Amino acid sequence: MALLQISEPGQAPDPHQRRIAVGIDLGTTHSLVASVRNGVAECLPDDNGQVILPSVVRYLPGQGRQIGQEAVANAALDPENTLASVKRFMGRSLSDIVNPEKLPYKFVMAEGDTPLSAKGMLSLQTVQGAKSPVEVSAEILATLRYRAEDTFNDDLHGAVITVPAYFDDAQRQATKDAAQMAGINVLRLINEPTAAAIAYGLDNASEGIYAVFDLGGGTFDISVLRLTRGVFEVMATGGDSALGGDDYDHALADAALASMGLAAVQGELSAEDKTRLKSAARAAKEALTSASEVSLSWTHADQSHEVKVTRAQFNEATTALTARCMSAVKKALRDAKVKADDIHGVVMVGGSTRMPQVQEAVAAFFGKPPLNNLNPDEVVALGAAIQANQLAGNDAAGDLLLLDVIPLSLGIETMGGLVERIIPRNQTIPTAMAQDFTTYQDGQTALALHVLQGERDLVVDCRSLARFELRGIPPMAAGAARIRVTFTVDADGLLSVTAKEQISGVEAKIDVKPSYGLSDNQIAQMLQDSFTTAEVDMKARALVEARVDGDRMLLATQSALNADGQLLSTDDRARIEVLMKALRHTVDTAVDAQAVEDATEALAKATEAFAAERMNHSIQKALSGQNIQSL
Amino acid sequence: MISLQASDFELFGLPTAFALDRAQLDLQWKSLQREAHPDRFASEGAAAQRIAMQWSVRINEAYNRLKDPLKRAAYLCELHGAAVNAENNTSMPPAFLMQQMEWRETLDDCKALKAVDSKIEALEKLLDEVDASHAAALAQIVTLIDADHNYAAAVGQVRALMFIEKFAQEVQHPLDALS
Repeated sequence: MALLQISEPGQAPDPHQRRIAVGIDLGTTHSLVASVRNGVAECLPDDNGQVILPSVVRYLPGQGRQIGQEAVANAALDPENTLASVKRFMGRSLSDIVNPEKLPYKFVMAEGDTPLSAKGMLSLQTVQGAKSPVEVSAEILATLRYRAEDTFNDDLHGAVITVPAYFDDAQRQATKDAAQMAGINVLRLINEPTAAAIAYGLDNASEGIYAVFDLGGGTFDISVLRLTRGVFEVMATGGDSALGGDDYDHALADAALASMGLAAVQGELSAEDKTRLKSAARAAKEALTSASEVSLSWTHADQSHEVKVTRAQFNEATTALTARCMSAVKKALRDAKVKADDIHGVVMVGGSTRMPQVQEAVAAFFGKPPLNNLNPDEVVALGAAIQANQLAGNDAAGDLLLLDVIPLSLGIETMGGLVERIIPRNQTIPTAMAQDFTTYQDGQTALALHVLQGERDLVVDCRSLARFELRGIPPMAAGAARIRVTFTVDADGLLSVTAKEQISGVEAKIDVKPSYGLSDNQIAQMLQDSFTTAEVDMKARALVEARVDGDRMLLATQSALNADGQLLSTDDRARIEVLMKALRHTVDTAVDAQAVEDATEALAKATEAFAAERMNHSIQKALSGQNIQSL
Repeated sequence: MISLQASDFELFGLPTAFALDRAQLDLQWKSLQREAHPDRFASEGAAAQRIAMQWSVRINEAYNRLKDPLKRAAYLCELHGAAVNAENNTSMPPAFLMQQMEWRETLDDCKALKAVDSKIEALEKLLDEVDASHAAALAQIVTLIDADHNYAAAVGQVRALMFIEKFAQEVQHPLDALS
């Protein structure tokens, strides 16, 4: 029998010793939450034993709403108020949406936008007013958070949330905003194919170069990774954030309409018609995975229509979609500077990889059968759970290291509407890169900076992320000023930009979130309004969170002192210990969050130099270890 | 004690020379990131996370420079007081410029070809030629830096290599579009 543990005298047993950390796969068609329990990652089921939560929210007249399976069941009855696949609209404006008329929703443009220049994030009109994709996603995330908290009967410490590798900055920021609205502490955003690789690589003890082919409901990613002893190094990533199983459904629906002789009615279908046609097409698509021929039936204008669809017809209707996947694969291999033969295995992820035409195209291109020995629906959430467990500090022996990349180049606008690249795509993150620019006119005292993302040379072909200004440059001759623009991408893949005139020292900085993300005020307002959090007393919650943060800081400082205390002078150590005692006291007795936050901040400030010193030692250790090895 | 201000070579514990063992560089990159990556400090205080971010960014910066022969050569020249100064100094020997002009004409001829097969063949032939020049320039750089320690002369070759790499990309681009 295992021995029971007893804590040291004077040290309270810490209730947050094992922190509840989960991985969340926020998918286009469905979402999952997973956690590591007893050393094994597993998806958490709901009360009915279902692990899959359909990413569908239905807004009811008045206050209520239905989420998941319940919403799906009523989708055909109330299509306008039943929002599905909103992931495709995250961080997107109305002008980004291809064929909005095929969808059953009433789109609302952001304030100040016109149809010709829609730039802000779109919303969807429901009986409860306009809902942004961020709000709808927050409902789904909050549902998963409650599922996790009910499972463990404890507050959630934090979550790793997955995003398509090919998501741009606006889409990533929108995802992080949604998590914040759902009251979730985001430990990290990680890329879906990378999460899948973690689950796959650790299970199979794989080494070598692997490709992860991830075709989901609405997004397609391809990542090329090198796996070596716990290190997951992404060599290149590519894809299409608007290509997925949904598009196969639409293509099949169009083909079916045509063979019913109804192609002409396309433009005049009601929301109900569209929803039922799409469900019929999806059911036919799924059946065609095993059957070679199915019948698709649909009622329109009180007339029922039925057509036979063969797998060959389905393949033909979707050839262009599959070809788009394969051309992204080729581009990613080129970027990684590897050939199809160099790939040890192709891991298939996402429900849409069940389609035979996709399996065949991948097998033909790589010259080997793809790897399907994982549940393509669950693998992303499982990988995220493993990473969350390590980030939360639950797995002290964990030696997982993720070295991921940014999917799309980042740059700024220069004269003539051209984009100058500052960070090229597929750079390992975190990263910071800088470039010097100068003024165009004599006496120019301000500079307009326009931040863009994309691979094209013209501003109009790239995604606009943010605009900001550097003011107060002393008047100089054109070309004399030296303005250094620095782009910094953090470990979540999120960008911030600083501009500094080198001669005068004038500076400006922006965290890139405005054009598409929500301002902090908007989020605070939505948090107040949102009924997912209405029952919770915000003040009490803030205190609990501040205490958890304070405890975390104390634990981290104590373990740092235990490990490297000898680096400190007696005085410095005493100073830190006084602040620790003060924080411990505040955490135990405080009634408002601010006092705890202040005490935590004071300790954080006092330990800054110590943290820097410890890092220097770690690096030194890594260097000397290497030198001994290489002798 | 190592610091953020250390040179790329010091940071990676490598000799300050052009020749380098790529496998060792990769290994060292990963072991440094194991110590410094922000993921290791995700449950620690803000100070530790900021420092981790600084170091992790610095390690990636050094790795990017060391793994690319052209960037590594330019960096070595700068470390030894011979600035490459590419934007202000574009004067090149006449023979080199002549060859560049010839290549550009050949590239235009290739692009004008109608048949895809012969177009690919012509582009690949040109690319082979450019690659050979690349290898020759690189070999000269190795000698100038590691054997002769003649950084002033190496800078000239580094500038030539910049032109060659840029042109190689221009040839590669239509090839990628065709395959």
